[in-house]
Amino acid sequence: MHQITPILAALKRHKAGTTLLALQIALTLAIICNALFIIEQRITHMSRPTGMVENNLLTIRNHWVGVTPNDVAPQIKSDLLALRQLPGVQDATQVNSFPLLDAGHSDDINLDPNSKSAVTNAAIYFVDEHAIPTMGAKLIAGRNFHSDEVRSLDPKAIQSSPQVILTKALADKLYPDGSALGKTLYVGNNVPASTVVGIVERLQIPWNGSWADNISEYTLLMPIQRTGNDGVYLIRSKPGQLPDVTKSASAALIKLSRMRVVNDNDIRTFDVVREQAYKNDRGMALLMGVICIVLLAITAAGIVGLTSFWVGQRRKQIGVRRALGATKSDILSYFLTENFLIGIGGVVVGAALAILLNLWMMSQFQMNRLSLSYVLAGMVALLLLGQGAVLSLAFRASRVSPVEAIRRLNN
Amino acid sequence: MFTYYLQLGLRSLLRNPVLTLLMVITIGVGVAASMTTYAVFRATSNNPIPQKASQLFLPLIDNWGPASAAENQGEPPRAISYTDAMALMNAHRAKRQTALYPLGVSVVPSDASRLPFQVRSYAAYADTFPMFDIPFIYGGGWSAQEDNAHAAVTVIGRDLNDKLFNGINSVGREINLDGRTYRIIGVMDKWNPQPLYFDAANTGGFGDATQLFIPFTSAVDTKIATSGNNECRSNPSSGWDAWLNSDCDWIAYWVELPDAASVVTYRDYLRNYAAEQQRAGRFAWPPNVRLRNVMEWLDFLEVVPPESKISMFVAFGFLLICLVNTVGLLLAKFMRCASEVGLRRALGAQRKTIYMQFLVEAGTVGLAGGVLGLVLTGFGMLGVGLVFDPEVAQLATLDASLVALTLVVAVLATVLAAFYPTWRAAQIQPAWQLKTN
Repeated sequence: MHQITPILAALKRHKAGTTLLALQIALTLAIICNALFIIEQRITHMSRPTGMVENNLLTIRNHWVGVTPNDVAPQIKSDLLALRQLPGVQDATQVNSFPLLDAGHSDDINLDPNSKSAVTNAAIYFVDEHAIPTMGAKLIAGRNFHSDEVRSLDPKAIQSSPQVILTKALADKLYPDGSALGKTLYVGNNVPASTVVGIVERLQIPWNGSWADNISEYTLLMPIQRTGNDGVYLIRSKPGQLPDVTKSASAALIKLSRMRVVNDNDIRTFDVVREQAYKNDRGMALLMGVICIVLLAITAAGIVGLTSFWVGQRRKQIGVRRALGATKSDILSYFLTENFLIGIGGVVVGAALAILLNLWMMSQFQMNRLSLSYVLAGMVALLLLGQGAVLSLAFRASRVSPVEAIRRLNN
Repeated sequence: MFTYYLQLGLRSLLRNPVLTLLMVITIGVGVAASMTTYAVFRATSNNPIPQKASQLFLPLIDNWGPASAAENQGEPPRAISYTDAMALMNAHRAKRQTALYPLGVSVVPSDASRLPFQVRSYAAYADTFPMFDIPFIYGGGWSAQEDNAHAAVTVIGRDLNDKLFNGINSVGREINLDGRTYRIIGVMDKWNPQPLYFDAANTGGFGDATQLFIPFTSAVDTKIATSGNNECRSNPSSGWDAWLNSDCDWIAYWVELPDAASVVTYRDYLRNYAAEQQRAGRFAWPPNVRLRNVMEWLDFLEVVPPESKISMFVAFGFLLICLVNTVGLLLAKFMRCASEVGLRRALGAQRKTIYMQFLVEAGTVGLAGGVLGLVLTGFGMLGVGLVFDPEVAQLATLDASLVALTLVVAVLATVLAAFYPTWRAAQIQPAWQLKTN
């Protein structure tokens, strides 16, 4: 530590190089903290559960061609019968949407029919009595729909039903005291009341964009089969039989009726659905990860480059110091301390920059406040990186022979 | 002289191959990261119809009232209702206008062995074709006459024509949509503006090329519902007519207003229309209308994915760090040549000459970095698909302008980075250098 004063004096004579190094460390810290934070947020976003049992689940989007609304219901019925009879199929259901589909229906939920503003908006799945077992959703209170409660309805008509099932998150939002079961609510305006007959532990809404994060589990199920042109079949296969079912299901549907569109990319196992739904998140995490690694490498290279110049420049001085009695470890610690001092300057400025950058990103994009632990971890990491980068150069400097003192400086 | 500097520069660069390589890699990586992310940003923030973007406007009318507008920062819904669309259409106040909505229809091939398939389809009015500058290879758009007659005619896209008719002139032939036949009146040439501004509210801005148009009047007659968003304030009662007359918003309405005066006039008209609805008792609130041109609309909908902006900002920060790094390395490099500079200055070289020599040297490093950056940007383009949706990723391309930009940015950035080190080198006192040696 007794070396600090001469080091500071020496650094004053290398203002430019010192400033550049510190600036580089500061900028690197600012970017890396925010990049790591983005990675963490994206991974948290991606790992949210849907509330379904996601393996052995197949999804097929079906679009009817030239089928009148009256004919849709019987066609769905025969489709479902055929699907359930396929070898390897455990259960099958027809729904308007499912978690992560990125298309669906939502409506305002009210407790008071005359209220002007809704308690919340919630996603609505129109389902039959096979939906909960097929999805693998966990019913934690009340009961599933009965088959005689499921009605066929034109999608453009009033969507209301005497019975509804809620997710626990929505039930808690509407009735914070936990008494939702058996209570009434209103889905939309000017509609008859619905009674809560069951509560499922969790079922994610169809949308996974960050705009929907605060309603991501506000889901309501209605025993309605919509007779529009578009719908989705969810098929649960017996364990291990998903590949076979994936092959046979669409063929079975086409065999029943050719007046439909089922594209190859409309037939997806739920693993594929999840992968595609979170593509952006995974990609961002990957990109930020690559940027962090390359950035650290470049900063380390920059430190090595400048320090090696300094060591080269000071061979004569080192020689003089060695000749005057400085030990190898004195020289070693000189360069390490010098780097550490520059590093401290850099990370302090960098921490401020990291927080400013985060504040700016918060104002521009939907981003959370950067946790200070990231900044601290980043500071430590960059200081260690700097020490690591100069270590071999400092060793080389410490091996400079005292003879250098009397040798003519000749590069 | 330039070639002499170049020679000097190259020799100096080769003297420290590791340092040179380090700089080239630093610049190459920095430039590649920023160019790759910039390519995506450029594609997503593209002006899809530059010649007309400031003349095409999308009016919006609040038909839900202040309570629901308050939930959206006072903005009216992002589409208009059938009632309002028909009122605007009948008033015919713009040079050209169309109501437009996406159709979920399917094409049924006449060959029974082929399965039906879907293409991007819209219901629209005759003005659509001249308004959006849609090019044709065969025939053309329909006229107001077909609109008024609710005629079962269609304009199809080139790809659909290739698929169904092997690319021959199919004007006059028929096509089966959901079991109904439509007479082909025109075949569009390649037309795929991205972002899909005319239906950005439903597509999020990006998607396949439109392959089919049918008259709006005919689509409503045959009760083809929208395949896009259908947002209702209060639930409509059952049936098609009840839905048409409801407050459900599902129509994109476009007008062409060729000059500033007509924009003002149309804005007034829009406000008056809403005021009139208030007087008539249909709206219980004062006019809340918007009139946005193409770029304002895309901006409002935020079609540029946030990922694109974030990754571009991070990449440019990355480039900045690479440049700071380069400044440091160049400084080290140039100062190593101090004695050489001293010698040259003592032999009569002017400061200007030293400047030139080192800037040329830096430019060479920049160019090498640019070439490396170009190769890396090429790889980056392959990786874009890992980060962005396929519809967006395919728009990012390494075209001639991006190649030029990559090289220019690399050279300019490096020369800029070299200014300070060069200045330092030029300040070297010849006498001092010669003395210490």
